[in-house]
Amino acid sequence: MTVPLPVLLLLTSLVPAAVTFFLPQEAHRLRNALSLGGALLKVALIVAMLFAVAGGASYEAGLTPAPGLMLLLRIDALALLFVSLSAILWLLTTIYAIAYFGTKPQLSRFFGFFSLCVAATTGIALSGSLFTFFIFFELLTLSTWPLVAHKQDAPSLAAGRRYLLYAMPCSAALLWAIVWLESATGPVIFAAPTDFGTLAPNAQRAIFALLIVGMGMKAAIVPLHGWLPAAMAAPAPVSALLHAVAVVKAGAFGVIRVVHDVFGMDRMSELGLGLPLAALASVTILWGSVRALGQREIKKRLAYSTVSQVSYIVLGISLIGPFAVIGGLAHLIHQGLMKITLFFCAGIYDERAGVKRIEGLDGLGPRMPWTSTCFSLGALGMIGLPPMAGFVSKIYLGLGGLQSGAPWVLAVLAASTLLNAAYFLPLLYRLWFREPAPEVQGDERAPALVAPTVVAALGALGVGALAAAPVSPLAWATLLAERAWLP
Amino acid sequence: MNALVVLLTLPLGGALAAVAFPAGVARGAALAAAAGTVAAALAVASEVAAGAPPRIALGGWPPPLGIALAADGLSAALLVTTAAVMAAVLLAARHTMAAGLAGPRIAFGFWPLALMLWAALNAVFVSRDLFNLYVGIELLSLAAVGLVAIGGKPEALAAAMRYMLFALAGSLLYLAGVALIYAAHGALDIDLLASRRPSGTDALALALMTAGLTAKTALFPFHVWLPPAHAGAPAPASAMLSALVPKASFVILLRLWTEALPDEASPAALTLIGALGVAAVVWGSLGALAQSRVKLIVAYSTVAQIGYLFAVFPLLPLAQAAWSGVIFLALSHALAKAAMFLAVGQWMAAAGGDRLEELRGLAQAMPMSAFAFALAAVTLAGLPPSGGFLGKYMVMTAAFTAGQWVWALPMALGGLLAAAYLYRPLAALFAREGASVAAPSRARQAVPLALAGGGIALGLASAEPLALLANGQPPIQAVVR
Repeated sequence: MTVPLPVLLLLTSLVPAAVTFFLPQEAHRLRNALSLGGALLKVALIVAMLFAVAGGASYEAGLTPAPGLMLLLRIDALALLFVSLSAILWLLTTIYAIAYFGTKPQLSRFFGFFSLCVAATTGIALSGSLFTFFIFFELLTLSTWPLVAHKQDAPSLAAGRRYLLYAMPCSAALLWAIVWLESATGPVIFAAPTDFGTLAPNAQRAIFALLIVGMGMKAAIVPLHGWLPAAMAAPAPVSALLHAVAVVKAGAFGVIRVVHDVFGMDRMSELGLGLPLAALASVTILWGSVRALGQREIKKRLAYSTVSQVSYIVLGISLIGPFAVIGGLAHLIHQGLMKITLFFCAGIYDERAGVKRIEGLDGLGPRMPWTSTCFSLGALGMIGLPPMAGFVSKIYLGLGGLQSGAPWVLAVLAASTLLNAAYFLPLLYRLWFREPAPEVQGDERAPALVAPTVVAALGALGVGALAAAPVSPLAWATLLAERAWLP
Repeated sequence: MNALVVLLTLPLGGALAAVAFPAGVARGAALAAAAGTVAAALAVASEVAAGAPPRIALGGWPPPLGIALAADGLSAALLVTTAAVMAAVLLAARHTMAAGLAGPRIAFGFWPLALMLWAALNAVFVSRDLFNLYVGIELLSLAAVGLVAIGGKPEALAAAMRYMLFALAGSLLYLAGVALIYAAHGALDIDLLASRRPSGTDALALALMTAGLTAKTALFPFHVWLPPAHAGAPAPASAMLSALVPKASFVILLRLWTEALPDEASPAALTLIGALGVAAVVWGSLGALAQSRVKLIVAYSTVAQIGYLFAVFPLLPLAQAAWSGVIFLALSHALAKAAMFLAVGQWMAAAGGDRLEELRGLAQAMPMSAFAFALAAVTLAGLPPSGGFLGKYMVMTAAFTAGQWVWALPMALGGLLAAAYLYRPLAALFAREGASVAAPSRARQAVPLALAGGGIALGLASAEPLALLANGQPPIQAVVR
């Protein structure tokens, strides 16, 4: 019996998850081997598929659990864009997490849910229909909660409660929209254009709004972003998962699917839905940056920065023009690499130097050169300095704004860049130019923490500097945009 | 011997044996009878699934002279779910209902009452005769009241008394309806009634029977007896009472409104029932939110979940998916609710009480039963990939396709409320502090986990149960007037 590729890809995280739950706490080696093995296998599978899909191939696997219900997994170019990001970052985060937790308690639970989260994210990426997407989207919600609340102390439990408080109503909105839509159109398959039939334009707009509420909560679109800064109570690997590997990315990816595949560019323009969404994204970009300025805790500042940066993706998608879409899609990868670097560094500062607040960073640069260099690269990338990844995204978004007749996007980008600089540069100044406080010790004798961080930072540098290469995320995003606009 | 007959006689025989023999033998006999009954339920289900639903006319007399027993997809699904729940409950009770732990009174009374309850449930699920259904549901109420009172504490006796009053009033109303039907048609067989010539008293009869059965099902506003009764009984008894007993009167109602007298189902009446269901969802959920004892939270949650079942009634004549959806809701509630009560029972035994603060940190010592509670919560909140989600999804789809999206609202909002009231016990369990307690063995914790897993599996592998249900599903044309 041969297992179809999409299912195999799902199993690479589902099997480690299922087994890990039943391992005793002491079985460190077996647990680590399972997580790492699954992650490596998944990356290998994806690399094998990349070339085939670039050549136009797609893989499909379907299952009909009940009449009228179809679970459809499909690997197309967009799916592969997201799944390769999450797979590579999962691998890095797993290495990091193993070193980060060492022999702390409740690790089987942690890695079990961690793998389950990644399985859900893979499912989201590979979903070929809206219903399948919803199932995995909810699975992600549920498997994230034990990770957010992992420390089980009062702040973590409060963060977990906050997360569910946002997630549950928004998922109800999402389900409502899906049932409403599908009762009129039949099952919504991403690969086929949706036939909206007799649905009135205003009903279509309402469905779109509900879908965006459902997705936007995970993408931390203002005003549904409050859970994300609160979730910084979780351990650093969880922050990486929330901000880069899985959760907010799943939300942004959902917005892409809704705009691209459920509604489609033509209908978006017809119904006038692009502009409101772009406006919402712009508000989020600016509001997140403004709020980031006021934070004194490193992880909280980074969290608000995510709120702002993820909406770049939404902005790019909502502008409905080839350049903007390329910028948005590429930023899905770029932001992931840069933000995971920053959160890895924040975790190292916390673990190895006991530094949580911005004041503590004074003079840490020379003491922790590897970490601080990576942090600086990530921060400069976020600001959009060439040749980092963020620069490429911003250029394309700006061009896209002009191309789509929305020159105000340039103002948003400029303001956001200034704000980014305002909240990141002081950190770099403190790292490299301030005198260290005498009581702060810091060392980097944790290669398993530093190595993934360096790889992620190099990745963020590489995808920017080599954006013109034939296999960069930008090239992939261009391929996607070409397929969407060129018949 | 026909498996249908075994389903009724074997648990009754086991109940008798449990009374007659000394304690050790009694428990063995009860467990043997239980194993046989599970096998019979599976046999009936496989016959139905194979397209040969069993049917017998008792004494060889066909209706209207005699009484017919028959199983269709609905019966089979409920028989199997009941068997699963009962098997788990009796396995759990093997430890907790022993004389050493629970006292001689409970150890003596529990087994016969539980088996009698099981026989009554099976009788209700396979009877095709309205009077026979009355006998079944009366036996069921007696066993259930006995199980509530079994602890012997004053508040349990008071709760049992209140339950008894509601159950008896319900029985009388139902019986009055049956009498009207018999007077008008001279027949009580469901299939014969479906093809009867309508009579002027049918609407009144249906109203009386419905009022009686909703009182027994604890539909708002007849729910007041339920929380104290279900929270006051010992945990394995609560599991049966909450998971299974309301399903019996619900199934009779479902058969009355969709099989026997579908032509009497006026939109106004259906809307009234649906509205009471919505009220139950809201009221039960608010009640659960206000409680600080986890057993009461779980009991109030039953009030809310019963509300779901009735909120679907207005959709029954309009969309095929509503019928299967509501049965999925009922089945997954049975599995999840039994899992919850069994898990709560283990915590109470370990922590000495069921107040939320007493449960703090118990997940550390009992990760499996805590996980079981969490999985059951996923089912009750209707989150994917559980059976509860699938039921909710089918009902919501039915509401939209019928153009009655209002009835999708209670499904969506009820899920949120369920998540809200179930979050509190989960957060308490998951807290870090907590005294070390003597936890039950992993094998015993696995019992609620298996039930809760069943609730999830119902969603993951829904094709088979749906195919089973399709056997004998009342056609939607028969329901539309």
